[in-house]
Amino acid sequence: MEKRVTFKGIWLPLLLVLPQMFITAVFFFYPAGQAVWQSLFIPDPFGLSMQFVGLGNFEYLLTNSYYRASFVTTAIFSVLVTLVSMGVALYLAVLADRLIKGSGVYRTLLIWPYAIAPAVAGVLWLFMFNTRVGIVTWYLGTLGYDWNHVLNGGEAMGLVVVASAWGRISYNFLFFLAGLQAIPRSVIEAAAIDGAHFWTRFRTIVWPLLSPTTFFLLVVNVVYAFFETFGVIHTITSGGPQQSTTILVYKVYSDGFVGQDLGSSAAQSVILLLIVGALTIIQFKFIERRVHY
Amino acid sequence: MATVTLTDIRKTFGSTEVIHGVDIDIADGEFVVIVGPSGCGKSTLLRMVAGLETVTSGEVRIGGQRVNEREPMDRDIAMVFQNYALYPHMSVFDNMAYGLKIAGRSKAEIATRVGEAAKLLQLEPYLDRRPRELSGGQRQRVAMGRAIVRKPAVFLFDEPLSNLDAKLRVQMRLEIKQLQRRLGVTSLYVTHDQVEAMTLADRMIVMNAGVADQIGPPLEVYANPRTEFVASFIGSPPMNFLPLDVAGEVAPGAARLGVRPEHMRITPTDPRLTAEVKYAEALGAETLVHVALPDGTMATVRQSAGELQPEEGASVGLGWDAGDQILFDAKGVAV
Repeated sequence: MEKRVTFKGIWLPLLLVLPQMFITAVFFFYPAGQAVWQSLFIPDPFGLSMQFVGLGNFEYLLTNSYYRASFVTTAIFSVLVTLVSMGVALYLAVLADRLIKGSGVYRTLLIWPYAIAPAVAGVLWLFMFNTRVGIVTWYLGTLGYDWNHVLNGGEAMGLVVVASAWGRISYNFLFFLAGLQAIPRSVIEAAAIDGAHFWTRFRTIVWPLLSPTTFFLLVVNVVYAFFETFGVIHTITSGGPQQSTTILVYKVYSDGFVGQDLGSSAAQSVILLLIVGALTIIQFKFIERRVHY
Repeated sequence: MATVTLTDIRKTFGSTEVIHGVDIDIADGEFVVIVGPSGCGKSTLLRMVAGLETVTSGEVRIGGQRVNEREPMDRDIAMVFQNYALYPHMSVFDNMAYGLKIAGRSKAEIATRVGEAAKLLQLEPYLDRRPRELSGGQRQRVAMGRAIVRKPAVFLFDEPLSNLDAKLRVQMRLEIKQLQRRLGVTSLYVTHDQVEAMTLADRMIVMNAGVADQIGPPLEVYANPRTEFVASFIGSPPMNFLPLDVAGEVAPGAARLGVRPEHMRITPTDPRLTAEVKYAEALGAETLVHVALPDGTMATVRQSAGELQPEEGASVGLGWDAGDQILFDAKGVAV
């Protein structure tokens, strides 16, 4: 049974999609077009004239060691953020799923961090790990560990990963919990009667049945790590020390707005655009095949 | 193969006791059906035997061993669930092989045993399919197959037929009975359908509000119900209950008199009381005549199709043999 609305003319449907088209055009097509256009030019230092360079900006970027390093940084960062936020969320969701008493309170508390803006979360973590007055830094100091993410690139990366993943855990937790609760109780019980202990059940029944949720979260979290972590990185490390936390999005900002190299910045935006497109296609094409149902 | 013994089983949820001390003895290879209305605790009882619910007090023994503290997997049981509980992401073969794989059986043995079960249940053409590609009856068979490949000591059935349509239910009922006869595995079967209970059971347990009202062979329970509840729950249409004074009977200690619809007859000669015919339901092989007694109590008379059908609104005489009546006291217990 097909439930399709049919229109007589072409004008009413056009009118109905117009608002969405307008918004997409103003906030997506126009800036994206601008980026593509600008990526082909080099403006002079005062922004008064532009010189056409063709693919020169791209050529320069691909041979630039800093840009290539930023690729690696982004890969490490997004893999870590996705793993940490999804791993912790799944662990908490499995615990919450087994909980009978007080699960409401537990769930509510776990959802709170999601309400905190990334920049604010960044500042919170920055205070805790501040090299002079941070409480965690002080505590680590008493244990004999000298925390200094301002100088140590690895520690800086760890901090932005934790701060980015933290707010994300709530979101992932909600989806994982809903996914777990959607698995019929009797299927789990049948597996228990069939002889599967908790871990075997999780591996052979729960995890496969959870895979649509996991896949969805994987896509959403990678995109989050790529694009929505700007606020956290900007407030905590500003991409430093020595570009050790400069992910691609941050580099677009710092080259464009700080370095005033608009041509290169635009070229980087275009490359990002391509990466996201490719990433989404790859994820749907290849990973979806292993997802059940 | 094993016996199952329940001794004074009680179950409390929070502060509410839902099962008030049930004793059951199931012999080796026996098919016992627990029947009762929704919420009488029959499923809870079964789940306690399976180890899916803790036992508040009392003792569950399987094959003579106390299993109260054992995990479901250590009780040597298999269970068929109402919604089948098949693993949706596995093929029919893998569904049936799951328990054997976990038990670490060899590939060859698994293939043989699943093959045997599939042949027995006529599932061979479907071994590569996923559960969602099967019909309700086929899913039901897979659930049974999953239970039998493990060769457990006890089968537990939790309303396995209630998701099937009426025709299929009758067919699967026969198949379950035949299968159990052939395998000779001790079985405990829960249902709310008294016809299923009557046809399947070697012995049946009628449960009412957390108490086992009566335990016995189906025909014995049908003929001699111990309580009014059993009398009304087993048999369709249910037994007629008449107040003693209306029935014109005098018996010390009794409050009501029960007569099965098939034992009541419409008779012009020497009636025990007169009643007004309200309506008649002709079912083909038989006709159910619903009559109102002088005090307003409704009663049902089951007539075979050949008998003369009274007209609606007519006044008729009712009769029955004294040997077919059962007297109940004010608490509903047979005297």
